[in-house]
Amino acid sequence: MRYIEPHGHMVSRTTDDYQAMVTSGCKAVCEPAFWAGFDRSGVQGFYDYFCQLTDYEPKRAAKFGLPHFCWLCINPKESEDLKLAEEVLSIIPDFLSRPSVLGIGEIGLNKNTRNELKILERHVELAAKHEQMILVHTPHLEDKLKGTRLILDVIKSDKRISPGRVIIDHVEEHTVEMVLDTGMWAGMTLYPESKCTPARAIDILETYGAERIWMNSACDWGISVPLAVPRTVLEMRKRGWTEERADVVAFGNPMRFMSQNPRFRI
Amino acid sequence: MTRNELLDLYFMDARAKLIDLAAFLDRVDRGPGEADFRLAAFRKALKELAGEKPTRARDVLASLSDPTTEPAEKAPGKGAIGAWKQ
Repeated sequence: MRYIEPHGHMVSRTTDDYQAMVTSGCKAVCEPAFWAGFDRSGVQGFYDYFCQLTDYEPKRAAKFGLPHFCWLCINPKESEDLKLAEEVLSIIPDFLSRPSVLGIGEIGLNKNTRNELKILERHVELAAKHEQMILVHTPHLEDKLKGTRLILDVIKSDKRISPGRVIIDHVEEHTVEMVLDTGMWAGMTLYPESKCTPARAIDILETYGAERIWMNSACDWGISVPLAVPRTVLEMRKRGWTEERADVVAFGNPMRFMSQNPRFRI
Repeated sequence: MTRNELLDLYFMDARAKLIDLAAFLDRVDRGPGEADFRLAAFRKALKELAGEKPTRARDVLASLSDPTTEPAEKAPGKGAIGAWKQ
C-alpha cells in the first residue's frame, strides 16, 4: 500500500506517528495552517508558527524519510479579530516563496460570521494575486451546510480562481455534491467521532465517483487517527475494491491535485 | 457488493449502534430536569431513518444543520454543538 496524507497537523503529533505513517506506506504529508487550540496573542505567534511549518517540521519529517509540505493562512477561528487577521495576512507573502509551501489554507469559515467572511475574501484575494492554490476548511457539525454554501459563493465570485485548483475539505453527505458541482475538489476527513467514518467515506466514493475526491486524517491535537487513510484502504478491500482502485483515491488523487504546484515532487 | 454481502459486513456493527441509540434515549429520559433543544433535534433527525430513499445520511445531517443563509453578526463562541438552535 502507498498513500499520501494530504491534511495532517503534524506539529501536534509525535515522532511515533511519523514512524507509523511511513511504515504504513505514507509517501508525503501536507500540513495546512490551523488553530493551535488557543488564540495566539499576536502576529509574532503566527510568524513563529509559519517558520515552524516551513522550516522545522520539514526537517523533523525528513528524519523519517517523509516529504513534508504546508499551506499558510490565519484560520477562521481567529478571524473574528480583524486587526490581528490583517496583520497575519500581511506577513504571509514573505513565506510563499519557501520551497515546501503549496498554497493558501486552510482558510474558510467556523461560525459563519461577517468578519470570518471578510477574512476569507482577503485570503482568496491573496491567493489570486500570488497565483496560489487554495485549501478550504468547512465548518463543523450544524454550521457545515450553511458555511459550505457561503464559501462556495465567495470562491465562485472571483473569476481569477480556477475551480480545479481549490479543494473544499471536510465534506460529508450533505455537502459533497454541491462542491463537486462547482468543479472544485472535495476532501473527506476520517474522524472517529465527527465528519466521515471509513465506511461512509467509501459510500460517498461509490455514490459520487472518485474523480476529484481525496481522503485525509486531519490528525491534530484532538481525537483523530494518523493512520485513518491506510485503515480506510483496508476497509476498501473488505468492500471488494481492487488495489488499483484504492490507490487512485489514497495516492493518485492527492498526487494529481497537489502536483498542480510544481513544488510538489515526491 | 450485494445487499446480503453488505449485511454480512455491517449488520452487527449497525445493530450495536442501534442499541446504543436506544440506550442513549432511555438514559436521557431517566435523567431529571428538562432537556434542551438538542433532544428535540435528535428526535426530529431520527425520523429521517424511516425514509424510503437511500439518502438518509444526507437527510439526517441536513436535519441537524443551520438552514439559514445570512452570515452571523458575531460568533457566539468557537465550538459547534451538533444541532442547530432556532
